[in-house]
Amino acid sequence: MSNLIYSESSDEQQIKDYTLSVLTEDKSGLLNHITIIFTRRKINIVSLNVSVTEVPGLSRFSIVITSTRDQAEKVVKQIRKLIDVLGAFVYEDDEIYYQEIALYKVPTDIFLNGNTIENLVRNSGARILVIEKDHIVIEKTGHKEETHRLYKELEPYGLLEFVRSGRVAISKSKRKTEAFIKELEETRSNQLSIKDY
Amino acid sequence: MNTSTLSIEQKKMVEKRKMTGSEAVLQSLLEEGVETIFGYPGGAIMPIYDELYKFQDRLTHMLTRHEQGAAHAAQGFARVSGRTGVCFATSGPGATNLITGIADAQIDSTPIVCITGQVPSHLLGTDAFQETDVIGISMPVTKWNYQVTKPEEIPWAIARAFYIANSGRPGPVLIDITKDAQFGEMEYSYKKCEKIRSYHPYPILKEDKVAEAAALINEAKKPFLLIGQGVLISGAQEELKTFMEKTGIPAASTLMGLSAVPVDHPQYVGYLGMHGNYGPNIKTNECDLLIAVGMRFDDRVTGDLNKYAKQAKVIHIEIDPAEIDKNVKTDVAINADAKAALHGLIPLVEQRQHTDWIAEFKACDEKETEKVITNELFPTTDEIKMGEVIRLLSEKSEGKAIVVTDVGQHQMVTSRYYEFKDTRTNVTSGGLGTMGFALPAALGAKTGQPDKQVVAVIGDGGFQMTIQELATIFQYQIGVKVLILNNNFLGMVRQWQQLFFDKRYSSTELVNPDFQLIAQGYGIACNKVEARDDLSGAMDDFLNHEGPYLLEVVVEKEENVFPMVPSGASVSEIRLS
Ligand SMILES: Cc1ncc(C[n+]2csc(CCOP(=O)(O)OP(=O)(O)O)c2C)c(N)n1
Repeated sequence: MSNLIYSESSDEQQIKDYTLSVLTEDKSGLLNHITIIFTRRKINIVSLNVSVTEVPGLSRFSIVITSTRDQAEKVVKQIRKLIDVLGAFVYEDDEIYYQEIALYKVPTDIFLNGNTIENLVRNSGARILVIEKDHIVIEKTGHKEETHRLYKELEPYGLLEFVRSGRVAISKSKRKTEAFIKELEETRSNQLSIKDY
Repeated sequence: MNTSTLSIEQKKMVEKRKMTGSEAVLQSLLEEGVETIFGYPGGAIMPIYDELYKFQDRLTHMLTRHEQGAAHAAQGFARVSGRTGVCFATSGPGATNLITGIADAQIDSTPIVCITGQVPSHLLGTDAFQETDVIGISMPVTKWNYQVTKPEEIPWAIARAFYIANSGRPGPVLIDITKDAQFGEMEYSYKKCEKIRSYHPYPILKEDKVAEAAALINEAKKPFLLIGQGVLISGAQEELKTFMEKTGIPAASTLMGLSAVPVDHPQYVGYLGMHGNYGPNIKTNECDLLIAVGMRFDDRVTGDLNKYAKQAKVIHIEIDPAEIDKNVKTDVAINADAKAALHGLIPLVEQRQHTDWIAEFKACDEKETEKVITNELFPTTDEIKMGEVIRLLSEKSEGKAIVVTDVGQHQMVTSRYYEFKDTRTNVTSGGLGTMGFALPAALGAKTGQPDKQVVAVIGDGGFQMTIQELATIFQYQIGVKVLILNNNFLGMVRQWQQLFFDKRYSSTELVNPDFQLIAQGYGIACNKVEARDDLSGAMDDFLNHEGPYLLEVVVEKEENVFPMVPSGASVSEIRLS
């Protein structure tokens, strides 16, 4: 059957994390524009990060959502329609390098009872960011599972505060943003998929 | 700029180019070829209105009686002319009153530019008097919006607005201008926008896709062409006709596509969707190839997607890539302007005739005529039927009028029984289904095509939603013909109550005012018809009258529109009664 709507086919329906990478002009109000596209479809954003890119005047949004592939692709098509968006892509986890940063604030005195904590920090690839009289801040980058593991380990010692950033992601393809923009001009389409490129 | 080295003449030129933001707004509109603006003033847009006084010889401003009316008028203007409609409103309530029209324009891809006044920039975000976040509110329903806080941004923003509104898939754009930016001075120069780095409205036609589509078309035994508004927007009527006649494929139109092909074309098989014709709905589930041009498989067209054209291959010609595979999965998608795509297809398709296949549609027509149409057009009861009124209008105007419909039963009946002959003559609120659309849209349409007969067909319910625009029609003597089909009900809702809610007519009966007195109050010629024998003469007077005219026809109170695909049902389950 040729024209099944996407939601019917089972592998399209599988729900998992997708990372959307959106390349935009650096314009105020755009964040709102992008997020209402998710709100309207009742898609919850798991994490969101916006940053500058190597091209002046361009920003990159990394947005993680839990959804079906079909839904992620439809959302990306809507995002591409925004006037100030240059390109938007859907990535599965194995198509990107990605990291989050987590900060853990713990009481200083837990370091005084032997070196359990110090070993914990060292073995988990974390580092100590600041040391104050009453608290210490530990920093760790990694995938969510890794930062979460350290969280679990520190929790029994009286974790004071914890925060984790949104995912930042970079594709495994060897494309260069500037070349991508040139390609956009030539094909007159901001519909280039990562496969086209 | 250092002016000390300039001659007196040059200094004058430089000074001449210095202007206020308000003047820059109007000057920029002139650069875009604007002649008419629909709008409503207020405190935050007063500098622009004040400036308008000086531009009276070059710009006509029509004062509608509500901002919703201004937006719909701009839409009507745009839909018949293909040009961008323009409207003005003040901040706060003025701007929010535009929103319905903007949402309507968005879903029906109508190019309009809305300019709203805003509180002075130092008051932004302070809950100042008549301040609303119109940028935030209009964001989901505009193609682009922008807040101007400095006079220097005005020419840039307006140039961009016109480019975005009327390129690719058209849509509404809103520019919100703070009062200080309207007052402030700037050095004016104007450059039309031709390119935006991040916006590519006209995709390049992919030849391999065209070839794939042509191969499917040449192979198909029972191909079926669906025509959407994209054909009208891209001006592809001629290409469509050539394509149809070369391939011999039967064609049906969506509500928004009506008038792209003359109804009397031998391959035209009718109107698609919930209240469309029997043949095109049934045959959607019997064809082997669907070729959809400039349409978006709206649920009112497809019914239950799980039972929609499952047997068929699908070719989708569509300029908006987000519409491709959104509802119906395609076999070949051509992401392009309809005109370019058809132009590319024509040399590749074989000359064919599908006589037997077209005859199958004709057989359906006979069934529909017997079960529905005869009864509508030649009723045996005393009460006047909507269908016979519309067919009479169609005959007497020779199918050549611009017909603007409101929303409800009369809209569906008009779509079924008006025999559109000329292109861009069907103006209706298809996607949003906005009651109150027709009266202001008709006055806008008449402004956009003053030489055409413009008839607004409206129900007694919808008429009262923007009835105040009779005053606009009166003040500017806009020769719009207003045809009220009065059934003393919110007819379409009542029909659903009858069919699906056990005839529980909850809040759908209307006790109406005397529409004749109202028309007279506005100084508009009028007549009311209650008996069939009076209808023909009254229709002649209506159409022949110079200037605006309101004709009220009292129609059957509890009439139903059939055929009907009940909501959520398959197009194969279309009901004839
Ligand atoms: C602004 C708005 N409110 C409500 C509706 C829902 N609605 C759709 S059709 C209809 C009835 C229209 O009645 P009328 O204008 O008398 O036309 P008729 O169906 O009788 O021809 C209503 C209430 C709508 N489409 N638009």
